[in-house]
Amino acid sequence: MTASAATSEPYTTVIGLEVHVQLQTRTKLFCGCSTRFGAAPNTQVCPVCLGLPGSLPVMNRTAFTLALKAALALGCRIAAFTKWDRKNYFYPDLPKGYQISQYDLPFSSDGHLEVTDPKGGFVRNVGIVRVHLEEDAGKSMHDEAAGTADSRIDLNRAGTPLCEIVTQPDLRSPQEARAWLNELKLLLVYLGVSDCNMQEGSLRVDANVNLHIPQPDGRIAKTPIVEIKNMNSFRSVERALAYEAVRQYDEWQATKAELGTTPKQTRGWDDPAGVTRAQRHKEESSDYRYFPDPDLVPVTVDERQLAEVRASMGEPPAVLRGTLAAKWRISPYDADVLVNQGRDIVAYFEDVATRVGEGKVASNWLQQDVLRTLNERGESIDAFPVRPEALADLIGRVQKGEFDTSRGREIFAEMLASGRSVADVVASLGIAVVDDADLVALCRELLAENPKIVADVRGGKEQAAAGLIGQAKKKNPNVNPAKVRQTCLELIRAM
Amino acid sequence: MTLARQDVAKVAMLARLELSDAELDTMTSELSKIVGFVSLLDELDTAAVPPLAHPLDTQNVFRDDEPAPSLTTAAALQSAPRHDGEFFLVPAVLGESGAA
Repeated sequence: MTASAATSEPYTTVIGLEVHVQLQTRTKLFCGCSTRFGAAPNTQVCPVCLGLPGSLPVMNRTAFTLALKAALALGCRIAAFTKWDRKNYFYPDLPKGYQISQYDLPFSSDGHLEVTDPKGGFVRNVGIVRVHLEEDAGKSMHDEAAGTADSRIDLNRAGTPLCEIVTQPDLRSPQEARAWLNELKLLLVYLGVSDCNMQEGSLRVDANVNLHIPQPDGRIAKTPIVEIKNMNSFRSVERALAYEAVRQYDEWQATKAELGTTPKQTRGWDDPAGVTRAQRHKEESSDYRYFPDPDLVPVTVDERQLAEVRASMGEPPAVLRGTLAAKWRISPYDADVLVNQGRDIVAYFEDVATRVGEGKVASNWLQQDVLRTLNERGESIDAFPVRPEALADLIGRVQKGEFDTSRGREIFAEMLASGRSVADVVASLGIAVVDDADLVALCRELLAENPKIVADVRGGKEQAAAGLIGQAKKKNPNVNPAKVRQTCLELIRAM
Repeated sequence: MTLARQDVAKVAMLARLELSDAELDTMTSELSKIVGFVSLLDELDTAAVPPLAHPLDTQNVFRDDEPAPSLTTAAALQSAPRHDGEFFLVPAVLGESGAA
């Protein structure tokens, strides 16, 4: 689906998102059990997260601080007084029979996060209704193929701290929704609030979507809101929303059913089939019978605390893009590419740029060589064999003209393969650095052998000098073509 | 103060309690008495009283993010009606999971 297709549709797609992210703590929200992913089932559980009688929850300070950090970075108003509530429902993965969440006094509300399409398609400032802190449920598994009547419950995840982030219905296309999620993820990873790993369930997204359809009489018809669940990647979110918009338009044409005439519907995304399917109707929120959790005391936040958290936040990606572009004189596009790769890539870039003393060339090498290689190898920058000082050494030598860029790339590939330094690779590849006196002697030889080219250049056809490069490479494969060309032109001018 | 029978039926459904018609009649009458008793509080004028979030006058109780020992799996599972040594076993649940 392309942006131009979106604008030609006879409706506006209205999207709001509800995102849950797992906070990067060592232990659970209300007990000291580990939150490490991938442990054997029911090995990270205790009386508190199992909901055994007599156990009492005590809140994790780090979880609350990380949640504050997320809310501040999203521009939220922080409540001076907040409390936790019980959300009551029965499900086998919820051992207490209620989830500790926040209802009427969330710790933060009224924020926003802007997303800009780097291709210039849109800028969207998305309102945040609220960010609150709650506990996760466990996992239930049902193996239908095994033909058993049982579901298996693992409660390792029960009680893991989650931030719930709810947006206003401000997004206007599936593409915007995906781009916004990317920006949110980038921000939260930069802040160290969450690793946002969707495969491990550290980030989950539900979407609310309906259509606004202008009518001939000027009225706007609104279709019933549908909540979409089971989307396992940002790409799935985009695909599910695109599918759902078309489905709702078809349904509206058939039924003319508008918002408010039917209960809110929940649909699940079936990724292989590429369709959404109806799920059970959502219970009304009053059915959760929220009430304040008597086991937890309220939390108050003052200005001094907020200042401390703010001071620990560093620059968010949106600010860093501008800072990086100005400091290193690189284009906004280049700054965007680097920042979107994450904090470690930015640190690597700045290290290389500082050593080389120039941003643009460092950015080029990062984007064309380092990032491409990381992509191909599926590696992260901290395990990358070419360290910033080695890359800076290589770039410096190319800039000094010891060898040209394509030779530099060969050396880079060899450094990557062997993990050796520039000097070692140069020696092992038999790349002797050609000194200036040798180069001049070689150029004089070439000019003596090619009177026609000399005459052409003197006649004003400088491009004729290109004919000398191949011959120079034959005489000495280590010469830098650009330097040969420049030296020959200087010698001819001096004739 | 009387509760409607259908309100009691709904509360029973939410609490996953299966009540016979006779039990529903009894519950409706008994719960109405309890609610009626508590509704005596409605006679107080609370317009100037701020809502109370917690009866204790204590705030900001936190613990450090330090791991503490968990139970062994055997100990965690021992009181479960059914388990397989690794997982709690429950009647089949199909459909959505995870925090809502």
